[in-house]
Amino acid sequence: MTHWWTPARAVTALVLVLCAAVPYLAPALDEPFYVIVFARIMIWAIAAVSLNLIMGYGGMISFGHAAYLGIGGYAVAILGFHDITSAWVQLPVAIGLSAVVALVFGVICLRTRGIYFIMITLALAQMVYFLSVSAERYGSDDGLNILWRSDFGTRFFDLEDSVVMYYTIFAVLLGCLLVKWRIVMSRFGMVLRASSSNDTRVQAVGVPTFRYRLVAFVIAGVMCGLAGFLQANLERFVSPDMMNWHRSGELILMTVLGGTSTLFGPVVGAVVFLMLSEILSTITIHWHLVFGPFLVLVVLFARGGVMGLLGSRARHD
Amino acid sequence: MLEVHDVDAFYGDSQVLYGMTIAVRSGEIVTLLGRNGMGKTTTVRAILGIVRPRAGTVTFNGTRIDRLPSYAVARAGIGLVPEGRQIFPNLSVRENLIATARSRRHQGEPWTLERVVELFPALGARLGSAGNQLSGGEQQMLAIGRALMTNPQLMIMDEATEGLAPLVRQEIWGCLASLKEARQAVLVIDKNVEMLTRLADLHHIVEKGTVVWKGTSEELRGNTSLQTRYLGV
Repeated sequence: MTHWWTPARAVTALVLVLCAAVPYLAPALDEPFYVIVFARIMIWAIAAVSLNLIMGYGGMISFGHAAYLGIGGYAVAILGFHDITSAWVQLPVAIGLSAVVALVFGVICLRTRGIYFIMITLALAQMVYFLSVSAERYGSDDGLNILWRSDFGTRFFDLEDSVVMYYTIFAVLLGCLLVKWRIVMSRFGMVLRASSSNDTRVQAVGVPTFRYRLVAFVIAGVMCGLAGFLQANLERFVSPDMMNWHRSGELILMTVLGGTSTLFGPVVGAVVFLMLSEILSTITIHWHLVFGPFLVLVVLFARGGVMGLLGSRARHD
Repeated sequence: MLEVHDVDAFYGDSQVLYGMTIAVRSGEIVTLLGRNGMGKTTTVRAILGIVRPRAGTVTFNGTRIDRLPSYAVARAGIGLVPEGRQIFPNLSVRENLIATARSRRHQGEPWTLERVVELFPALGARLGSAGNQLSGGEQQMLAIGRALMTNPQLMIMDEATEGLAPLVRQEIWGCLASLKEARQAVLVIDKNVEMLTRLADLHHIVEKGTVVWKGTSEELRGNTSLQTRYLGV
């Protein structure tokens, strides 16, 4: 008999309920700070979910995924700088630009595999990073403040309202999880997964895997660009640091920590990664000395990450 | 249907095929026989575009395919059951079968999931299992099923019975007999000369990257010195 109620699914439900309840729970516990913490966690979770689509299911370890966070964020900030605050302009630009950049990067880097793929994605993302550093008009290293959040032109959906902002992020996270689940379980997802295990063989049975991998790469870039759009709106600030290679590394760590090739693993990874770093940093300024070995232990002894430890069935949980 | 003509193929600087020439006609079962390391699998790789021939031509239904990428060769109508099975371990049995399935205008009844399960009932009971949880025999059935699900005009079976238990081998030979009955063209590489002479129409013996003998099952069966010299039988 198959048990539908597994520890992994219990944790999934718990995290989702917690995310949904935080705007009411945190003020009640006199800790309103946690609303912004969870909003940030969910944005990172969206980015990690997008990375997991190509890394966990497609075997494409991108070390430059944070570039799309920056592209989405800067689309909001630069348009805002020029007094274009309409979300109906900012959002399509953020998504469109992320898609175009992912398409161009994908065409270049998907011709390689393994370590070469990692290095090319890193190099391309660093190009975007240095482009933002060199843009003096838009704040260069100091970044750019955003005076007004994206305006949807209706008072029923106003991102200036922090509760609306929070639940928009939550809704986008749920949407991304749904999209990823549909992709992974589709024939497209099957080919993507098969290609990660033996690309030559998939081609030998008649599937042009490059196209499939490229489409997945672009979808992941768009999802991450969306996370950047939300991050810029939440923080009212963007800087080149958003797309530094450290951020790409953190996204990889979140994904591995939660469990690659699992639907919800990156969300759990983002929660554990950011909460742990938040808590440890209040205890000691040398918190990295504790955090580093913890990550090493997870990688060594929990191959499937937290979700693997909880008995997750890959793909479904 | 398939014509491999005077093909030279290399791995780096090392030449493996020397003027390889074989042909498979529609509805025929044709074999490539020979000892290990003689170039049988490289011939398959050259047909499929995994290894690029440096000389010679490969044509399929009158169209040259030796410059096509391997996915285009497969789409032209060639299905492969590769050596070592090489199923997708991270996909379930059902997913292995449908992920790369393709329908094509086909003579006779097309291959579907139901037909494959009918051919290999053992797979039917394990449709939800991951590919890497199957036994060697089940994996081989899955590899054959996966190739059939692309509805190929020509199927290539590379060492289809290698390393399998006798009972499972019987099942694979039974499958080949069914394919012959259905007039499916098949190029088989195997070492079981006795079974192949019962099933196949034409045999090629490969030695050092070239065909040294070609003939019918009767001619091969009657020539024991040939079998001893080239096949070690």
